[in-house]
This record gives sequence, C-alpha cells and structure tokens, in this order.
Amino acid sequence: MSQILLSGRITRRFSAGVLLAASFIFLVLLAVVFPALLTHYDPLNADPVNAQLAPSASHWLGTDQLGRDVLARIIYGSRYSLLISLAAMVVAVSIGTLLGLLAGLFKGPLDELISRAVDVVSAFPDLLLALMLIAFTGPGTTNLIFALGVASVPRFTRVVRAQTFLVMSSGYVEQARTLGLKRHVLVWRHVLPHAIAHVPALATLGLGTAIIGTAGLSFLGMGPQPPTAEWGLMLAEGRNYLRNAWWIGVWPGVAITLTVISVNTLGRYWQATFEGKRP
Amino acid sequence: MSAETAFISPRRPQARPSWRGRIIRRILTGVLVLWAAVTLSFISVYLAPGDIVSLLMGEQVHTPAIEAAIRAEWGLEQPLYLQYLHYLWRVLHGDFGRSYMLNTDVSSLVLSQLWPTLKLTGLALVVSLVFAVLMAVTTAHRRWGQRIAGSIELVLASTPSFWLGFVLLFIFSFTLRWFPVAGDRSFSSLVLPAFSLGLAQGAVVSQVLRRGLEDALDEPFVLTLRAWGLGNTVIRLRHALRHAALPAVTLTGWLIGGLVSGAVITEQVFGRPGLGKITVDAVLGKDLPVVLAVAIFSALVYVVLSTLVDILYLFIDPRLRDAPAAGEENA
Amino acid sequence: MSDELLIDIQNLSIFFPTAGGEKAAVSGLNLQLRRGESVAFVGESGSGKTVTARSLLGLQDGKARITADRFVIGGEDMLGASQRRWRKIRGSQIGYVLQDALVSLDPLRQVGRQLRDALTASRKTDPKLLSEQVITSLKSVGFPDAQNRLSAYPHQLSGGLRQRVLIATALAGNPGLLIADEPTTALDMTVQKQILDLLQQRRDKGESLLLISHDLSVVGQLADRILVMHQGKVVEEGRGEKLLSAPDHPYTQQLLAAVPSPATRGFKLSGKRGEPLPARNISVSNPVLETRHLSKAYAGKTVVSHVSLQLFAGETLGIVGESGSGKTTLARMILGLTEPVSGTIEIQGQRWSQVPEAQRRLQRRGIQLIAQDPLSSFDPRYNVEKIIGESLDSVGIFGGERRNRVRQLLDEVQLGDSFLHRYPRELSGGQRQRVAIARAFAPNPALLVADEPVSALDVSIQAQVLDLLAKMQAEHRTALLFISHDLGVVHHLADRVMVMKDGSVVEHGNVDDVFYHPAHPWTKKLIDALPVVSSNQHNKDYPLRHHP
Repeated sequence: MSQILLSGRITRRFSAGVLLAASFIFLVLLAVVFPALLTHYDPLNADPVNAQLAPSASHWLGTDQLGRDVLARIIYGSRYSLLISLAAMVVAVSIGTLLGLLAGLFKGPLDELISRAVDVVSAFPDLLLALMLIAFTGPGTTNLIFALGVASVPRFTRVVRAQTFLVMSSGYVEQARTLGLKRHVLVWRHVLPHAIAHVPALATLGLGTAIIGTAGLSFLGMGPQPPTAEWGLMLAEGRNYLRNAWWIGVWPGVAITLTVISVNTLGRYWQATFEGKRP
Repeated sequence: MSAETAFISPRRPQARPSWRGRIIRRILTGVLVLWAAVTLSFISVYLAPGDIVSLLMGEQVHTPAIEAAIRAEWGLEQPLYLQYLHYLWRVLHGDFGRSYMLNTDVSSLVLSQLWPTLKLTGLALVVSLVFAVLMAVTTAHRRWGQRIAGSIELVLASTPSFWLGFVLLFIFSFTLRWFPVAGDRSFSSLVLPAFSLGLAQGAVVSQVLRRGLEDALDEPFVLTLRAWGLGNTVIRLRHALRHAALPAVTLTGWLIGGLVSGAVITEQVFGRPGLGKITVDAVLGKDLPVVLAVAIFSALVYVVLSTLVDILYLFIDPRLRDAPAAGEENA
Repeated sequence: MSDELLIDIQNLSIFFPTAGGEKAAVSGLNLQLRRGESVAFVGESGSGKTVTARSLLGLQDGKARITADRFVIGGEDMLGASQRRWRKIRGSQIGYVLQDALVSLDPLRQVGRQLRDALTASRKTDPKLLSEQVITSLKSVGFPDAQNRLSAYPHQLSGGLRQRVLIATALAGNPGLLIADEPTTALDMTVQKQILDLLQQRRDKGESLLLISHDLSVVGQLADRILVMHQGKVVEEGRGEKLLSAPDHPYTQQLLAAVPSPATRGFKLSGKRGEPLPARNISVSNPVLETRHLSKAYAGKTVVSHVSLQLFAGETLGIVGESGSGKTTLARMILGLTEPVSGTIEIQGQRWSQVPEAQRRLQRRGIQLIAQDPLSSFDPRYNVEKIIGESLDSVGIFGGERRNRVRQLLDEVQLGDSFLHRYPRELSGGQRQRVAIARAFAPNPALLVADEPVSALDVSIQAQVLDLLAKMQAEHRTALLFISHDLGVVHHLADRVMVMKDGSVVEHGNVDDVFYHPAHPWTKKLIDALPVVSSNQHNKDYPLRHHP
C-alpha cells in the first residue's frame, strides 16, 4: 500500500532527490506528449536484419527480436503506462473520495453500506480483481483503466472516511458550531478541506502502484496487444530472450522502476510537506 | 481515593462493547463479506454482456451436448432465486462446477494447482517478514541507517516484482547458474521467485515497521525504561518492537493479498506451475467458472486471514479490550 | 542528613544546536545535594529544569552538548561518560519518576511485569525472590491489594494508582536519590495530595529527593532548599520558608505575585504590583443563564444530576470539581453541544435546551466558549485574522468594517497588527489564548463559558491571561462561567462558586463562605488537599491554604 510507503520524517526543501525525481517525470511527460522529439526511430518499424543487436552507439539500448529500437519503443510506450494509470487514478480518486465523504458525513446506515461494499471489493487482491473484471469485459485499454480504478477505490474511501470522522470530532468544528454556523457552511469551510487533505499525496503514490499494475496486467496479456509498444508487453516479449538478448526485457523494467521511484519520491515529498503544515 | 466512576466521553456516548462481542462481530462481518463476494460472482455472470450459455462455454465451439450440460448444471430453466440458492449451496460444498473449456471439474483443478502456489506464497511471506524485521530493527533512529535503508526500500518498492524476477533470473540463473531457470522440481527453484516476490512487498512492511519502531522509541515510556538502566538493544527488541508490530500487523491482510496476486505473475516469469497459469489462461480464454472459483477462493483466504489478524490485534493491544480507567474525564 | 555528596555539580551548561547556531538551555548551574536532603528546581517552561534533571542521568537528548567545571554524580566524574557507565547509575543509584504514568509506563504490559523488569534491571534483587519483591515494592508505595492487581494494565488503574506503580519502579533498585519530574501534574488535587504524602514519607525517612515542578506550593511543601530557574539560569536559591515569604530576586517575586489566591482577589496578578482589577457591575435582575434540575446520562450512567444555577450579567460563577465530576458535560449542555436528559436551560429568558437547532442558531452569538486547549479549537488553515473574523459572521459584519473590528479586538487583547497574518501553530500558548479571548468577545456575548482556560499555561502567562479575561469581562459586562480544578484561581476570580462531585452540586454559595467555611465533607477534602507551604501564613504575598 503505497500511501503508507514513504512518509519521510525529514521535510527537505527541494533536496537533490526531489529535483531529480521532478526532472525525470518531466522527461517522461515529454515522452508521452512529444515522443518524436526524443527519438528519430519508429517503434513499430520491424527490421529483422538488425534483430537482437546489443546496445551500441546507434541503438543506445539495443534492438529487440524484430529489429525495433528498444529505446524508441520505451519512449513511445510511456504514454500507455502513464495515461492508463492516470485515468485509473482519476476514477479511483473521484469515486473513492465521494464515497468516503458520504460515509463520514452521514454516518449511520449509509456508512455501514459503503464500508461493507468497500470491504467486499478489497477482499479481492488488486490484481485478481482486475483479472476478474477483465474476464468479463475482455482485454483492452478502457477495461484496464476501469479494472485498476475500481480496485484502487477502497484505499481512498477508507482514508477520506477516517479523516472525515477525525475532523468532525475536532475542536475547531465544535467551536464553529458554537459560532452558529449552518451545517452546510460548516462542512464546506472546515470539514471538506481537511477531509481531502491527504488525497493528492495518496493519489500520487497510488499512481506508482497503478503504473506497476498496468505493467503487470499487460505482461499477462490483458492490456494493449502486440505490436504496440507498451512497457509490460515488452517485458513479456523480452522474457523469452533473457538468456541471449537481456536488453530487450531489462530496459523496459528499468523505465518502469525509475518512473515509479520518481513518482513515489514526489508523493513522499508532498506528504511530508503536508505533515509539516499540521499543528 | 477518587471515586471509581466509569469513563465518560462527552463526545462518544456509546458504552464500549465487550471483548467477546467484538470478536463475534468481526467474524460475522467476515462471513458477510464472503457471502457478498460469492453473490457478486453470481450476479456478474448474469450481468455480463452476452448470453449466459456462451459465457460459460468460453471460446470454443458450441455443441448441443455442452449446452445441455451447462443448462443442467446451472439450472437455467429454474427461476432466478432458485438458481442463486442452488449456486450458494454448491459453493458451500466446494463445488465450483465444471470448466467446459478444459473439460474438468473446477474444484479439483484448483486444488491440484494450489500447492505450488502456496509454497511460493509461503516462502515469499517469510522473506518479506524477515527482511522487514531486520531492516527496521537495525536502522530505526540511526541517521545513516535510515537513509540507506530508506533508499533500498524505495527502490525495492518501486520495482515491479516480476521485473525483479527477470533481473534475479538473469544474474543468478543464466549467468551464475546457481539456481534453475524454470519449473518446480526442487527447493532451489523456489528461491528466486520467492525472493523477487517477497522483497518487493517486504519493502513496504519494512517502512511501516521502522516508522512504528521510531514512534515507539520516541514515546515517554522508553525514557522510563532507560531510567531503569536498560540497554538500547533490549529496549528495541523486547519492548519497542511490540508497539511497532501493531501498525505492521494491520498490513498483514494487504500483504497476503499482494503476495497472492504477485504469485500469479511470478509464476509466469519463472515458468512455474500453479494457480497463476490456470487463472491467466482462464481469463484470456474467458473460462468463467475457473475465474470465479479462483476469485472466491482468494477472497476466502483474505477474509479468513484479515479476520484472524483483527482478532489478534485485540489480543496484542490490551487498551482496545476494555473501557478506559476509572476516574478519567476530559478536564 | 549526612555529609555524603550525592550530586556535586559546578558551572553546568547544556547547549542545543538550533537553526541559528548553538543555544544554551542551561548555563552556569551549581548544585550540591547531600544524602538525606530534599531539593527542588522550580521554574516555568523553558527554564531548563527538566533538561538539567535528565542530564543527571545521562538521559538528555543525544544532540545536546554538556560542559561543566565539575560534574560528579554518585562520587564519580560523569562528564562525557559512556552510556554503559550511566546505566550503572540509573535505577541503582538514582531513580527517575516522570509525569503522567499513563504514558510513562508501557501501555501494552501488565504492571506486575513492568515492576519485575525494573527490579531485574537494577540487578540488586535475587531472581528467586522477584515475585515477593514485587509485592513488597507495591506495598511500600501504598498500593492496595497488590497481589490481585499485578495483571492489570496501566490504563485499567486510576491516575493515582498508576503513579504509585511508576514510583515503585523508580525505587526498585533502592536508589539513594529519587528525581521526581512533575510527579503530580496530571493528577486531581485529592490524588496529588496522596502522592505528595508518599514523597513526604520518603523524606521523613531521610531519603534524598530532587523535585522538579512548576508549582510553587507543591515545592514549598516538600523541599528543604529551592532553586528558582529562569531561562536556563538559577536566579535564586534558598530555604523554603524564606524564599517563599520574602524572595530577593525580582523574578521570584513576580512568580509569587502571579499565583492566584484569596489574597490576590480583586487585584491584578501581572504588571504593576497592587493594581486593582476593574470594578464589575453585577446586575441582580433577570439572570443571563438559568438552569433547572439539569441532568444528563450516558449509557445508563448519570453524569450530571439535577443541577440548578443562576448567573447574572457581569458576574463570575466558578465551578470546581475533579475528573468525573460532570463539570465539562454541564458546560457542553449550556453551550448547546449536547442535550440534557431532563431539566431546562434558559438563556436571557429564552428557552435554550431541547429547542430545534434552526431556532437556536440566532441566539448562539450570545454564548461563547473558551476551551482549555485553544490550538485544537482553531482551524489550522486559518490565520488569526480569519479566526477572529469568522466569529463576526453571526453579527453580520463583513469586509472593511470586519477588518477594523478584528484589529480593534487584537488591540484589546494586547496583540499587535503583526499577528493578523500569523497561524496558530506559530503562536505561544498565551498568545493563542488571547486570540481565543478576542474571538470569544467579538460578537459581544452575554454569556461566556471558560473551561479550564488557563490550566495549560505557565504561572506568569496564566496571570496575564486571567487579568485580561477580567478586564474584558468588566468592559463587556459579560456573565462568566469559569470552570476549573484550581481552587486558587477560582477564589481569585469568582464571585460565587459551585462544587461538583459525581454529577451533583454538593455545595454552592459565595466564594469566601464556601472556601473559608466549607460545609460539605467533599469541599473540606478538596481544601485539605491543597499543599501547605509553611506555618507562617499571614503574609499577603503567599500562596495560601484557605484557612484564615
């Protein structure tokens, strides 16, 4: 659970790590939006003559089993990993936050209902839940987004719900009651901002998990299909060539790892700053 | 002596339920979740797009014989509620029907593939926990230890476990030839997959454990322990670890779930037999009975484990067991 | 008292690294403590008393740097000593008792077990006799029914019992010296008396004691010698009676003058000596607040039982009681935060209890709250201007007019304009309470409920806040309901007082009458629990026990 993952105790102002992470993310975003700026190779251009070439000056990360430049495929493949994960997070955050707020504000039977529903969803491990959903809907990008999104809802619901309870019983909410504020004004001004305080950091950390999840599901064949360049898919293809052409399977994993490290670092920094602001 | 009045919380007026009551409640919740999971699987078959018979048949040729068999097994002629009850009854007896694609009984299929996956998950769990405890105890509140451990954990937790498997395979199997590449013939074939799975998950537990340990070491009671003359290591291991275990224990359910999911992929990477292979095949081939069976089974494992963990939590933290002490009130 | 020097320190200084370089938490401290002596450090927060106490056991923060001309403890030079050498002293030569046993004892371990741990750590007890020794230890601190309570957890025991266990663990190694750091701060008055009596017994037996406290009366009762600390330095040192009756140093004088008591009644506690508080005009008709037979129960237990009271404009009614007395619940009912089970509340003649919230809302501006912990009553996202400004919502003041009014209020509570944009976490305890007072008086309320508003503040800050409260109340002619466990504060500030126990009012009336001539046994017990400073009680500057 990545939200527990990395609450740093030390709040560093723009340490080297955070700067590095931010720069890498910028690079990845560039790859998503303007891949042609970063490479002149065509990721789909099969060139069997030049298959399985080791990394060299002309092909920095080597070529894969069909002669395509590995670096180019990684650059072009970034968009799937990132966009699918981002979309899944949007789904998870919106549904999860809404449910959490409803549960926390209205309590009683609504809370019971939402909590039990969340318990049921979280009874299935993330990946298996996604697999189950895909079994019904079939592999593909949209289904992947939906599956990952739904699987991530419980953690947001739980955190927002817990935060809402905490805030509702806080001293300042009580004080606001003595001031005679109407309930909806009170909720809007004092409860809402605090209830969703953790969400941005959590979403960033959840993005990291989603990227790994996307890669995993694609690895199993549930995501975009060949010949698409997608990181998880590349890992699956690379598995068979591990002995002789390790670069085909290893570099995509490096890309995933570095991206997730960067995302997690930023998420942790965000979280630590936030915790610094609390009295 | 101040009068023995019960604790009064002006903000939360309910009396605390008894200890045994809470355990029973927890178990009931678990059962409820399990029931909901089973019902959900049932509903999903009916809600999914397409004709039920085709769904259950999966991607293969329709024959009247198979169709008749499906209708009989699922009682498709009967009213819906009867079908549902029939389904519940079957599931309770461990009968998950037949896979028409593989032409075999689902429950026996699942059971036969269970053991290799269990072995892998079990060893991975051990790896996770040992890693977490070692990291946390040796580096809590030590400046350089924290930084190094933090970085290691960051990298491990950001690494997809299956890619970690790749790297380990490459280094230790292909290059150094210490471990076999695939299959399940011996214990040594279990090592690499268990490590790749366990380290990635263990990194997260380690973070939580270390943070819990550091929080515990900052507590006032530790000062009292030091004032008695106790040494650092003793305090860490015998006293603070117990406190740190609390937040870590709540992670156990998630940990097991993650290991089971991870096992599915890891088996593919290492070419191991197990639930992973049949699940992936079933999903790609739309073999619903198998998918449902695996899903319900994993939900069962999770519910049982997390219920046990919650009950265990009640035992570890005595404060949760009773109403707080006599004579306390907010100012 | 023998000649053996247990502690011999000269020119002790303790430095901490901060953002702006090293800062001295303690400088130039001298201390000589002989066997059988009882010495106290008294001071407010930041005085360095706790840091000093911890350094005597090597328990100071790892980043601290210690220098001294002489640092001899238990006959050994301990300057720069390793943790190993310190462990030989801890528990066996010097015992340390912290405040609040609820957090100072391991909450996950049974008390019997913890005592065993302490005994084993001191290595002075034969392992075979451990179980017996545990019982003996508990008995020696007056812990009743020890045998049957060994398996209890700290949270299952009352505050007083817990503290006794904590003291027992500190004494497990039979140390020559006991350091008690604020040993009674978290306890009720009557329980505090028991613990102080326990320490007194120890002193009578000739055992050495080093007491750290902010409470002058506690210190006065227990110590032969008192060292007054202020900002890291010892400003005055002397024998108990002399120091507390005729102190030399201005800081000590100021400290003593700041203690609220019947002697200070009607006078300011801070600033110029002897300045009177503004006079109050108390009305006698039409009570601002009236309750009749107010009762509240939670889950079958009666928390407040048939409380009837009246409060008039300009008047201060004090409510005293220990934990569990129901005073906070009473306050919450009056504030309309919880509904009574029976009985009525009327505010300014209008029905208040069991009225739908929509109707009540308009009245709320007339009743305001000042809580014990102001920080938790502030939204952390709001700065001072917004915090005070929000309370003007109900009186419909917005925009430029609001800003002016906020400025005006800040001025009344003696905070400058620079505070407008600060956040609560940046303010000190006293400043926060001033902001809370400004916020409370902003809508010009008829009734103000103050629930332990100064309990968490240092004595000198408490003095300033009490003066401020009195001034604002006089100016606005507000009726003040003042809840406190501190009899001195109530006697200083209130006109009438109500004593509560177990949800009922056991005694009420004019403040002098109740405190000087208590009728109810419980009131007598409360007054008895006040620490006695000395036999000489006729000096006006004393913190007195309330007997003429």
